[in-house]
Amino acid sequence: MISGHGGDEVEAYLARPSDEGSRGGVVVIHHMPGYDRGTKEITRRFAELGYDAICPNLYWREGPGAAPDDAAATARAQGGVPDERLIGDVGGAAAYLRALPSSNGKAGVIGYCSGGRQSVLAACSLDLDAAVDCYGAFVTGTPPAEFPLKVTNLVDQLPNIRCPLLGLFGKEDSYPTPEQVAELDEILTENDKPHEFHSYEDAGHAFFATDRPSYRPAAANDGWERIEAFYATNLGG
Amino acid sequence: MCTYATVQTTLEGSAKGPAGRWFHVTDGTVYFDHPVHAMAEHTLNIDFADPSRGPAARVAVELTAASARDLVAAIQAALESAPAELRR
Repeated sequence: MISGHGGDEVEAYLARPSDEGSRGGVVVIHHMPGYDRGTKEITRRFAELGYDAICPNLYWREGPGAAPDDAAATARAQGGVPDERLIGDVGGAAAYLRALPSSNGKAGVIGYCSGGRQSVLAACSLDLDAAVDCYGAFVTGTPPAEFPLKVTNLVDQLPNIRCPLLGLFGKEDSYPTPEQVAELDEILTENDKPHEFHSYEDAGHAFFATDRPSYRPAAANDGWERIEAFYATNLGG
Repeated sequence: MCTYATVQTTLEGSAKGPAGRWFHVTDGTVYFDHPVHAMAEHTLNIDFADPSRGPAARVAVELTAASARDLVAAIQAALESAPAELRR
């Protein structure tokens, strides 16, 4: 358990290298389907890469102890995760990592799908050292107004982003579209915000998800290499 | 993709859910987004639920777009085949 938004106790999945030493930390933000096996596998991969990694269960309040898919359904029906709560939970997870004896004081964030948007959101609001956005929709662009999920774009907040951003996208994705990715790139460039974007041919949304038909090994393998290099630069030392 | 598309409705009926037990259904959530289990990139998902009984009181269905449309047509056809006085 970690201390999340408002001091709430929130479940989290922790994966750490077994060896001694000083290292950075990674907060993994799960996708909309929740705190599932695939996201925990990703969290373990960051430990294998040499980072202390943690994934907070963003739906813990809606479904403590529930199956991840049931908790995700409940959270969706209730309008999704409020941005303020997300920031508090990611901040709590980063603080947890930085308090570990092995921490070098640096913490990054990565998110997939809805978590991609939330990764950018966290980077605009928290003192983090690196952020990765994997195909997050509605960082730019206009969300549909008629739906109960209360999501807004982050255009107003982008000038406040506090750390370098790595963006990994599929050219065949509709959420976000290549045009929305280009708009994000443009806004960050205009604001002199360090960022590095890669958009893959023959890949749509969720190309990292190994258990889904959307999985694209070539894009995912290259993406993982980009993430490794980006975190080595920004979270190492 | 994450469409975030979600439509909610209240329902009155029953569903057979976890542990093979029937429960009273009060809420329906319909969305077109990632499936958990179906081998399709996106599906039309329906949750039949009773939120008062907790997150597990849910029957989830994930259908391809084409089969969701077929289901809508089948529901309409079944309803229309019944005498009007029975389907008020």
